[in-house]
Amino acid sequence: MAKAAAKTVATATSSAERRPALAGRTASATGVKVEVLPPAERISLRAPEASVAALSKALGLTLPKTPKTSASKGGRTALWLGPDEWLVIDEAGKNPLADCAGVSALHSSVGISHRNIAISVVGPAAEAAINSGCPQDLSLEAFPVGAASRTVLGKAEIVLLRTADEAFRVECWRSFSDYVFTFLSEGARDAAG
Amino acid sequence: MSGALRIPGAGRLSQAKTARFSFDGQSYTGIEGDTLASALLANGVHLVGRSFKYHRPRGILSAGAEEPNALVQIVRDDARKTPNVRATVQELYDGLAANSQNRWPSLSFDVGAVNDLASPLFSAGFYYKTFMWPKAAWKSLYEPKIREAAGLGVSPERPDPDHYSSRYAHCDVLVLGGGAAGITAALAAAETGVRVILADEQAEFGGSLRFESGARIDGQDGFAWAQAAIARLSAMDNVRVLPRTTAFGYYAQNFVGLVERVSDHLKAPGHDLPRERLWQVRARRVVLASGAIERHMVFANNDRPGVMLAGAARTFLNHYGVAVGRNVGVYTANDSAYGAAIDLKKAGVNVAAIVDLRDNPSGPVVDEARALGIEINFGRAVIRAGGKLRVSSMTVQPKNGGGERTIAVDAILMSAGWTPSVHLFSQSRGKVAFNDETKRFVPGAYAQDCVSVGACNGTDGLSATVDEAYAAGAKAAKDAGAKAAKGVKPKVDASESWSRGMLGAAPGAGPDTTVKAFVDFQNDVTAKDIRQAVHEGMRSIEHVKRFTTNGMATDQGKTSNMHGLAIAAETLGKPIPEVGLTTFRAPYTPVTFGAIISHARGPLFDPTRKTAIHPWAAAQGAVFEDVGQWKRAWYFPKAGEDMHAAVDRECVGVRSQAGLFDASTLGKIEVVGPDAARFMELLYTNPWEKLEPGRCRYGIMLREDGFIYDDGVVGRLAPDRFHVTTTTGGAPRVMNHMEDYLQTEFPHLNVWLTSITEQWAVIAVQGPKSRDIIAPLVEGIDMSDEALPHMSVREGKICGVPTRLFRMSFTGERGFEVNVPADYGQAVWEALWAEGQKHGATAYGTEAMHVLRAEKGYIIVGQDTDGTVTPNDAGLDWAVGKKKTDFVGIRGLTRPDLVAKGRKQLVGLKTKDAKVVLEEGAQIVEDPKQAIPMKMIGHVTSSYWSQNCGRSIALALVAGGRDRMGDTLFVPMPDGVIEVEVTGMVFFDETGGRLNG
Repeated sequence: MAKAAAKTVATATSSAERRPALAGRTASATGVKVEVLPPAERISLRAPEASVAALSKALGLTLPKTPKTSASKGGRTALWLGPDEWLVIDEAGKNPLADCAGVSALHSSVGISHRNIAISVVGPAAEAAINSGCPQDLSLEAFPVGAASRTVLGKAEIVLLRTADEAFRVECWRSFSDYVFTFLSEGARDAAG
Repeated sequence: MSGALRIPGAGRLSQAKTARFSFDGQSYTGIEGDTLASALLANGVHLVGRSFKYHRPRGILSAGAEEPNALVQIVRDDARKTPNVRATVQELYDGLAANSQNRWPSLSFDVGAVNDLASPLFSAGFYYKTFMWPKAAWKSLYEPKIREAAGLGVSPERPDPDHYSSRYAHCDVLVLGGGAAGITAALAAAETGVRVILADEQAEFGGSLRFESGARIDGQDGFAWAQAAIARLSAMDNVRVLPRTTAFGYYAQNFVGLVERVSDHLKAPGHDLPRERLWQVRARRVVLASGAIERHMVFANNDRPGVMLAGAARTFLNHYGVAVGRNVGVYTANDSAYGAAIDLKKAGVNVAAIVDLRDNPSGPVVDEARALGIEINFGRAVIRAGGKLRVSSMTVQPKNGGGERTIAVDAILMSAGWTPSVHLFSQSRGKVAFNDETKRFVPGAYAQDCVSVGACNGTDGLSATVDEAYAAGAKAAKDAGAKAAKGVKPKVDASESWSRGMLGAAPGAGPDTTVKAFVDFQNDVTAKDIRQAVHEGMRSIEHVKRFTTNGMATDQGKTSNMHGLAIAAETLGKPIPEVGLTTFRAPYTPVTFGAIISHARGPLFDPTRKTAIHPWAAAQGAVFEDVGQWKRAWYFPKAGEDMHAAVDRECVGVRSQAGLFDASTLGKIEVVGPDAARFMELLYTNPWEKLEPGRCRYGIMLREDGFIYDDGVVGRLAPDRFHVTTTTGGAPRVMNHMEDYLQTEFPHLNVWLTSITEQWAVIAVQGPKSRDIIAPLVEGIDMSDEALPHMSVREGKICGVPTRLFRMSFTGERGFEVNVPADYGQAVWEALWAEGQKHGATAYGTEAMHVLRAEKGYIIVGQDTDGTVTPNDAGLDWAVGKKKTDFVGIRGLTRPDLVAKGRKQLVGLKTKDAKVVLEEGAQIVEDPKQAIPMKMIGHVTSSYWSQNCGRSIALALVAGGRDRMGDTLFVPMPDGVIEVEVTGMVFFDETGGRLNG
């Protein structure tokens, strides 16, 4: 974002400025920090079982087939969201949409890089902060590192990914990001107490 | 000095830590660790409230959550006034201010007490009988007066400044209740390593060990053992210990709601601390250790301040070091009250007499009481309490009648026995069973993965309780997946034990009809009320309960239900189980709205959704309107403009030059797969197979019944890819509707749906100058009419970022909708705005959008349709594929009533007086001279002032409307009848030439 040109009147060669939602927002409490993560490339990938191998090859990682799991490689993560559905997030600047475009096996790949916002919740109290509005069991036994789930936070839908023992990535739709961020901030405040 | 009745050396509180507090403006001193009740009693204050109906003076009955009498208002400041706080659970803090309730002008002289004298008027069911006539008086007189008279406490005038939080938690074993049973079960479970949560409503764990002076466990005093055990549990990583936490509701699949009172006991709660925290716990196994609640004796004037439960008096002495009187009487039907008499006597309080309803009790406690020189009267009853604002005597009589004797006392300690607390068990849908021998309901058949231990299970005695609880805790852990326990069961060295007692009215409770022997203190229900209910024909206990309101106060009959049931059963001449037990409902004790709502206040009440372009509109001074959860720019007033002026200017500006509109909230769904067109054919009335990639079509979606469900423009991006738009409000339900059909009706189709509503920001550029504004910013798209005709879509770049550029119009002007990835939305808007300024473009909001589309007769689903409108009704037959053999709703459309003549059809209306703007929703009639109620033939669905047309315009649903073109109809309004002419729906540019203008 920082490197994006601040020009708003475009010519054929300049590009409009990218203005992500919540840019720069952070909230801290004892034992937990809530931060907005930088933009990433994302696709919603839908495919039947028979196409999984070809798509895995094109994406450079093995699409997970087990509920509540994810697979990660080289800055790219595929989250199992359903029997034929994955959320693929690329934080390395590569475009998974382009990678899938060449796959002839049956699938649907739709770009949603701008649809979602990612928020990181990190610290010993991260679990409690998220549990302020998310009914899932987030203990390491039930939700280990790499676990992923489409779930809720209060009245908003989120996709939750555990990235480390004490770190989570919360994905939500752009217009819900203010609500989700504020909710997590309140949850963090309570989790600290 | 922390009260004249504080006994040196008694109790567990540190006398050094005093706390000042006030009650009804009078200052007192208590001790840290006191409840408000114990602190008041220490100062000799028994009179703390007035009863609900009769305004009788009331004192403190209990020492716990079951308290029906001592309800006070706690006032921290203007915004923090909590009514109906039970003084027995409110912990004292320095500076606490409490007021009594339900009295005027003062607690000791209360005008409302006239109700007590007039009580024959207020007998059971009085409100069902008294206020029946005249009917009109109910709303205007009776209800407001009753509400005013009935209210307990005063609401705060300002919003609650505290915050509340919530937490979801999971555990293997959830233990509810932290007495000897709960602690033991928690220890047994925790030692296996499984995740345990232990909750208790009190500030300190221990339950009845607080008063049982005879209990010794593992070589320690029972209460000290409890504290040591809690310290051990708290130190374990797999255990969460929650004091001040009430389990209020037991729901399906071991889902339990608890409320933790986090800061109500603090003098100055830190800003970051919530007042309360709602816990929603899912447990593999639940151990119920909720104990038992002592019952009072039902005799005349048993509600006088100073008459209290024996176990409570013992708690006040043994835990708080407070004597509840200097000369007490004891009235009991079981052994447990002897402990109170013995402990008080040993502490130096005179025990005037023990009155025992039983004929010939014996045992260690009887012997000990006798050895202490306490007078014991067997086979006798206390038939009446004397005194008014404080009990002054008890009148004793042989239980089968005979001479009366009045004994002076300043407190009566009573015990009719103990009722197992099966509330949570019953809420779990477990069935209680009546034990005829011990006369109590105990858990019978279980419905969930839970187990009851200790007093709530009808288990008597500490040894038996610990044995049972330890085994149950270990088994719960094992059932939840634990390996093996490696702990040691606590060893009970000494304990107390009692059971039995009596249910229902004691001899002092009538049968005459003037005696007030209370069954339910909080709702002022007496023994005679229960009898009267039966005499008036109530047979089921549920009817008796509702007729008398027994057990219907906020204490939910914790002390009264069993007595009420027994009296009803006796009057009916039936055994208790045949009369039944009323249902236990959540919450166990009152729960604040704050806790239930927790985070969902202010900005978190509901998500507020804003578009990427919102900041620009806000900076321009736009006025926003709520559309579902979205904030949409409604209009953009310039200095001095009202809404009408702004909207008129915006509407004219779009048609004369151009306008920019933020359409980002439109629902968008990408439909992808080789069967995408087949799927579209099935979901929409229109044909799609032959729509060429790069072209768009206006689609209508029906429900199965043939009525319009949603509409929107759909662009085909590729043979296997459609970009579908929906209405703003319809976006989520259309997605669900499509997904539902795909998964259940058409699972054979290879097609997938992805919501892209938020992927794309959408900027509508409409008006004769629209192409001139867009063209300089676009790369890779030929903008000529030949290459990009109306209703087409192209992918390319704008301002250097990807775009899906639609040529389409919701204004009737040449128009475009520029889709760009959302993060670029504001920058592209600003670029288009800058370009637009060269061409006199205006920004317009949703109101102008509505007017402009109405000028063209374009409908809005949900405004011009209401779920009973077919495509034909809306004049949209052209959008239904005539050759199609299947789509959702095709059979519905052929239903006889949907093809019948005379259906309401969408038409235009022009008022005869062009200046008059109709009211949306106004009814339409053929003949305004009819008698009321007139026959209504339709209603106005959309109505606006159109500056472009120079007159008002309206759309309406009118029966047989299209056959009425040119007819005059009438819209009767409160201040006159408006004459209207039926017209076509297009008011502006009927030929549609401006689409290419």
